[in-house]
Amino acid sequence: MSYEDWYRQDRLPHIYCAGCGNGTIINCTLEAIDEMGWKKEETVFVSGIGCSSRAPGYIVTDSLHTTHGRALPFATGVKMSRPEFHVVVFTGDGDLAAIGGNHFIHACRRNIDLTVVCMNNQIYGMTGGQGSPTTPLGALSTTTPFGSAEPAFDLCELAIAAGANYVSRWTSYHVKELTKAVKKGMETPGLSFIEAMVQCPTNYGRRNKFKQVLDQVEYIRSHSMMRQKYLQLMEQGGAVPDNTIVVGEFINRARPAMGVPR
Amino acid sequence: MQGNIACAEGALAAGCRFFGGYPITPSTEIAEHMAVKLPKLSGTFIQMEDEIASMASIIGASWTGKRAMTATSGPGFSLMMENIGFAVMTETPCVVVNIQRGGPSTGQPTMAAAGDMMQCRFGSHGDYSVIALCPSSVQEMYELTVKAFNLADRFRVPVFLMADEIIGHMRERIIVPDTVEHHERKSLQPGVLPFHPDDDQVPGFPEFGKGFGVHVTGLTHDERGYPCATNPKLHEQLVMRLYNKVEQARKEIADYEVTNPDAELVFVTYGSPARSVEQVLHDTPGKKIGHLRLKMVWPFPEHAIREFHDAARFIIPELNLGQIAREFDRHTSVPVVSVPKLGGELHLPSELKKLIGVNE
Ligand SMILES: Cc1ncc(C[n+]2csc(CCOP(=O)(O)OP(=O)(O)O)c2C)c(N)n1
Repeated sequence: MSYEDWYRQDRLPHIYCAGCGNGTIINCTLEAIDEMGWKKEETVFVSGIGCSSRAPGYIVTDSLHTTHGRALPFATGVKMSRPEFHVVVFTGDGDLAAIGGNHFIHACRRNIDLTVVCMNNQIYGMTGGQGSPTTPLGALSTTTPFGSAEPAFDLCELAIAAGANYVSRWTSYHVKELTKAVKKGMETPGLSFIEAMVQCPTNYGRRNKFKQVLDQVEYIRSHSMMRQKYLQLMEQGGAVPDNTIVVGEFINRARPAMGVPR
Repeated sequence: MQGNIACAEGALAAGCRFFGGYPITPSTEIAEHMAVKLPKLSGTFIQMEDEIASMASIIGASWTGKRAMTATSGPGFSLMMENIGFAVMTETPCVVVNIQRGGPSTGQPTMAAAGDMMQCRFGSHGDYSVIALCPSSVQEMYELTVKAFNLADRFRVPVFLMADEIIGHMRERIIVPDTVEHHERKSLQPGVLPFHPDDDQVPGFPEFGKGFGVHVTGLTHDERGYPCATNPKLHEQLVMRLYNKVEQARKEIADYEVTNPDAELVFVTYGSPARSVEQVLHDTPGKKIGHLRLKMVWPFPEHAIREFHDAARFIIPELNLGQIAREFDRHTSVPVVSVPKLGGELHLPSELKKLIGVNE
């Protein structure tokens, strides 16, 4: 089998724009699942609302495409009543960190045995490019026409503080690393949070001086820094370049968890 | 037994094995009782972070085949509205208990009201139909909770148990039956599209984990369950089916009690005001007074009005500003007198007697 066997062929083509990074993340997640050897009838995808949240609709398993921000409590209901199911949540930065922020904190605190994959495009994609809680300071969006004045969320640090067992961040450029991280998350009991930085050429790139899709991917690549290196630099009091995307594994621990199959 | 405990016991007897909730007066005893009892029955109790999450969790649990319930009151009920609409659109069986208190807003946490009767019918956006039951005794807290689960599974809709603080906190002796009726959720037949309805307009349920590979979305969807949100005809068909599957059963599932159908003066009640009216009837044996007591308010049993063929006046005491009196009035040319009561206390029998010219 390969990741392709998990797609609902009769639902293609998908709604994603040309150059969108979401497809890469879905491929990586399905590849990780395939390597895990999970059975389709024991795997459930849950999502909220947004471009990223459309992912479950393209996958052959049982899936719940729910309301904006609420994927985690829906997934909690599925997982807590059937711990033997493998439950994977697809979400976006707005879905998870704005309207769903409280659910995110509590799902991490409960440390429910879910794999949460957040496609962070730093923008509200589905609704046409409004600012999100992860839009960088100064970035342009339809609701931050003069540059965002709001400091952004660091979703990985948030997940750690709230109690998730496994946390890592990669990007649509780091396909192998991302796939490994998702797999590791799936192997870890408790809540696994994998943040995937993705390009959104239509709604983010276009407004923020990325002429080509690859310009934004290249930006993401060149601004990525391994967490170890980042921590070393910080310790030495060295200068860390602006808009650094810290990537790698943030935490892998064994806090008490809920919904773990016995 | 307390009304709220009877509700929880009824749920357990009906096979409820998942409760997701958030504490709120005057409903909290239900959650507390479920927290004690469910683990012993291999069920799941979870206190969620708010009522939005509570509603979400029971929908998730329901898709795994469990009978699932939440209980709340006004402020929490308001928070649940979006996900209640999701349950309607995705045809997810679930039971939502609302032990009503005085509103708007935080209002009167410890006092009774029936101010959410329209909210349970129309509170989420879009057109739809639901089922709402109104107990007026502790016994009915038990029985109607059981019934709520059966109706939810049969019609695949959220079913509301719309009680009030008085019934929720009242203590009465009840008879707990050895067994209760159990209407199985009918399963999707192999080879049938997951949202293809049977003759009763209700599709078979494709439980998660059984290999159906069903996609469940709140978007307008075709019979495969796939989003199809810009086809006007398909949207109309779907919404009409969701509406009609309940509305066409209006007569068959109606649940009400008729006393003195040949009376000219008729009280109409649901919930705790029924108790005051029963007292009035008891105290005035010489006077023929009718009583229509609704145990199911939605879908509204308009045909029940015709049972009172000689009615000259309907009197409707409610713990709100006449929400159901207005609905009632739409269906009859006989004069309807609304007797609203706010503040949290029940209509006194003496008040009602005065209204009909009986002096004590
Ligand atoms: C309660 C509610 N509020 C607002 C919306 C409108 N809405 C749909 S998607 C979306 C934002 C999506 O952004 P994000 O979660 O970052 O996902 P993306 O589309 O970028 O993948 C919003 C605000 C909604 N569907 N529901």
